[in-house]
Amino acid sequence: MEQRRSPRSGPPGPDTPPESPGPDLGRRRFLGYLVAAPTLAAAAHLGGSLAAPREAGAVIPSLPEVQEVFDLNDLLTLATKPTANLIAVVLNPDGTASFDMPRAESGQGVTTMAAMLIAEELELPLDKINVTLADARPELMFNQFTAGSNTTISMYNPIRVAAAIAREQLLKAAAIQLGDTVTALTPHLGFIEAADGRRISYGDLAELAAAQKTEQVEVRIKERSEFKIIGTPQNRIDALDAVTGRKKFAMDLDVPDALPTMICRPPTIKGTPASVANLDAVRRLPGVTDVVPIATGVAVRAKTFGQCIDAVNALDVAWNPGTVDGESDDTVLARLKKAEIPLTVPALKPLTGVVEGEFTFYWRNNAALEPNTAVADVRADRAEIWAPLQSPILCQEQVAAQLGLPLNAVTVHVVQAGGAFGRRMFNDVVLEATEASKKMGKPVKLMWHRTDECRQGRMHPMCTSRIRATYSGGNVLTFEQRHTSVATDYTQGFGEIITALGAKIPPLGQGNELGFSVPVFHLTVNVPYNFGAVTQLLNEVYTYDTFPTSSVRNLVNPDVRTAQELIVDQLAAKMGKDPYTFRRQFVDDDRVRAVLDKAAEVGEWGREMEPGTAQAITVHKEYKGATATLVEIDCRPETVNRKIRNAVTGPRVTKAVMAVDTGLPINPRGLEAQMQGGIMDGIAQALTSSLHLRDGTLLEGSWDDYFYTRHWNAPLETKIIVMPPTTGEPGGAGEFGVPSAMAAVACAYARATGTIPTSFPINHGTLSFKPKATVPPLPPSPTNGLEFAY
Amino acid sequence: MPTHTFKVNGKQVTVDIEDDVRLLWVLRDVLGINGPKYGCGINVCKACTCHINGKAFNPCSVRVADVEPDDEITTIEGLPGTVGADLHPMQEAWLERDVAQCGYCQPGQIMAAVAKVRQARAAGREIGDADIDEIRNICRCGTYARIREAIKDGAKKM
Repeated sequence: MEQRRSPRSGPPGPDTPPESPGPDLGRRRFLGYLVAAPTLAAAAHLGGSLAAPREAGAVIPSLPEVQEVFDLNDLLTLATKPTANLIAVVLNPDGTASFDMPRAESGQGVTTMAAMLIAEELELPLDKINVTLADARPELMFNQFTAGSNTTISMYNPIRVAAAIAREQLLKAAAIQLGDTVTALTPHLGFIEAADGRRISYGDLAELAAAQKTEQVEVRIKERSEFKIIGTPQNRIDALDAVTGRKKFAMDLDVPDALPTMICRPPTIKGTPASVANLDAVRRLPGVTDVVPIATGVAVRAKTFGQCIDAVNALDVAWNPGTVDGESDDTVLARLKKAEIPLTVPALKPLTGVVEGEFTFYWRNNAALEPNTAVADVRADRAEIWAPLQSPILCQEQVAAQLGLPLNAVTVHVVQAGGAFGRRMFNDVVLEATEASKKMGKPVKLMWHRTDECRQGRMHPMCTSRIRATYSGGNVLTFEQRHTSVATDYTQGFGEIITALGAKIPPLGQGNELGFSVPVFHLTVNVPYNFGAVTQLLNEVYTYDTFPTSSVRNLVNPDVRTAQELIVDQLAAKMGKDPYTFRRQFVDDDRVRAVLDKAAEVGEWGREMEPGTAQAITVHKEYKGATATLVEIDCRPETVNRKIRNAVTGPRVTKAVMAVDTGLPINPRGLEAQMQGGIMDGIAQALTSSLHLRDGTLLEGSWDDYFYTRHWNAPLETKIIVMPPTTGEPGGAGEFGVPSAMAAVACAYARATGTIPTSFPINHGTLSFKPKATVPPLPPSPTNGLEFAY
Repeated sequence: MPTHTFKVNGKQVTVDIEDDVRLLWVLRDVLGINGPKYGCGINVCKACTCHINGKAFNPCSVRVADVEPDDEITTIEGLPGTVGADLHPMQEAWLERDVAQCGYCQPGQIMAAVAKVRQARAAGREIGDADIDEIRNICRCGTYARIREAIKDGAKKM
């Protein structure tokens, strides 16, 4: 599958965004619903109708599992009702509005974004809008899946339409109350105001404006020029809860009798328990209430998590081997190299220069700070789940299938997550909690230990990227990239069970690779430069379930683009050009050129740097937007060798400047936060954070050996420039900051040291810690905490 | 069952629990004080950072039996009380800079920041970048840049 693109180059454009097409009344009018309810409720369709043909339909087989899981016909009937995929804004008698959002909030700021969209159309202050996370709603089918930085893109219109319908209905109700015409009234900060100063509050209208029957209505939503909230920097709506410790995560929930529960896990990846020698003895340990073997290990329930940890470590378990007991970094690398699709352009051609590179990217953990947690209360005829979930519908379907219950007997509550980064697309922890609760006959609050996360959690698949570029006479003629990766698990499908099963279709894994991995690769990668004939190909090794994999705040682009940008710097050098001016000349998109210019300007590209330090500048294009990152790195020995207890120091990124164009930034402050986070991930992935695989075991076991960016690695100066709106449509943000940041750090390291790094992170080759034991599985809880008090 | 008495957020508490249960679990699972978060259990992520007699420490690594009856434990919930206000200046600074993203690490970051400012002052200086570099609290969302700014802002009002 080759990807060839025609160049779309043009001269650098001015800063002003392109004008939107002239007044087109049809364009801003949308259909939505008034929903029969006790108070005003207005709704809009989320995504396309299920009745439309779906591509995935081609791979839906008559798998017996589907019918066993639930009655598919019932679900399809439910899902194809015209009102099935509605999302609703509800007005409350106290004057607030509520919105139950069918997406995960994991820190990326989507609840604040939703509140802003509602505030904009409803003319209600932001602090009067409550955004909660919706329970699993199977009728939404593909539309309750949080992934690919897609939330803002997909919710932008539906939320505004629903809020606008509510506003119109309030105006109509107020017109009757005030004896005025709708056109003479103005909605303003929670009141409908008449010209003569009389006004009536939204709260007083909430019931009066309620619809008696559900009906379709048409509404006009605002033009960009009318925006008062969208595009203005706003603080997070949950900020106060976060800084006071009131924000509730799954492990903070007080579900009656859901006692702390942990799992004793095997020493190698995906091992399984064979037998337990001392079940009864462990059951008698202080605080312990239950100990039961489950599919993935042995579950322990106790009064406190501390007592769970002690009991887990006291268990004497014989383990069956896992899926990769014979595999290590070296064996996987050998397999990847063997599977690389050959480059086609000859390395030696008359009159042309060649630049080549081959790069290895080691495993990375999702490593959300809040470990996997789920509360499960399984009864004979029903089950209730609370967990942070990116795929709640799939979760509900999987729990129903596991328990043999009808879908509607399973309730799945989505809790805000302490980070997700792709990890919470998979429902492993919920299925364990479900099994434990069922076997114990009691509710459980199951939490993974940090060490479980490192050693049995999901990880970014190890991969290689090989590039060959040729140039002649001031032009780059060809640019070939061959990306080879351990298979990525796509069995979360699009967040529901039909496509999830599609990924498992035999021959084993082919549905996963051909149905998901390859299409996703081609839908996300590009070479954002006019480099002549460009080809990018992906090949995967192993099957989707050999290793526990997932995306880790983006899937292929941080690595794909880092490899590319390292080659771009070499092309520039060979062709005698400055890295910035070279990129400026060859980028294939005006928006990319604009962010490049901005980052170069604000970051003071080309300023004099000390020996051992350097700047680098890179770009990225994805999620309907563009970024450029300029970093300065310090690789001088006194910096690299600075000592911090139990820490990796190494080169320090001292400055990071990123310019970002997301088309239409909804909340520039939230966007800035996302980009800053992307920079920290880019630094970690380029310099410090990876997992080492040895004989089926991951050596890292906590934050003192999995080296995510820390305060002492973070730049002293970080600046994000949010570009003015360019397209009028919002783009993605969550994963968007990582690729250009990671690439910039890698390029800066190369320029500062004169050595082009070929494997990432750069410190992977040196194991700087003593691996924790695998049996017992958890590190002992220290007792010397007071010695470190400050 | 052994009984343990100490002060949490200005209130005297008594709990019946085994001596070697770490204080974090006593706070969270027994007393229902959920501001201190679990992130590692081995005193490396610092998400559970609280104060003992005004100094930052990590209750995941302290046995409840090692807490003395006259020790005062302060969690994020009790931090505003130490200044007799609805919010501590450091919390205000956090809001001002809109620091939090997922928010999971932030109670610990704030508790660490307050202690770090006090530590620098005890050494006769205002908090600077070198002090902030010593803070070990992990933020996986990567809010470090805003934390750095907020600590400097908050220190000015402390």
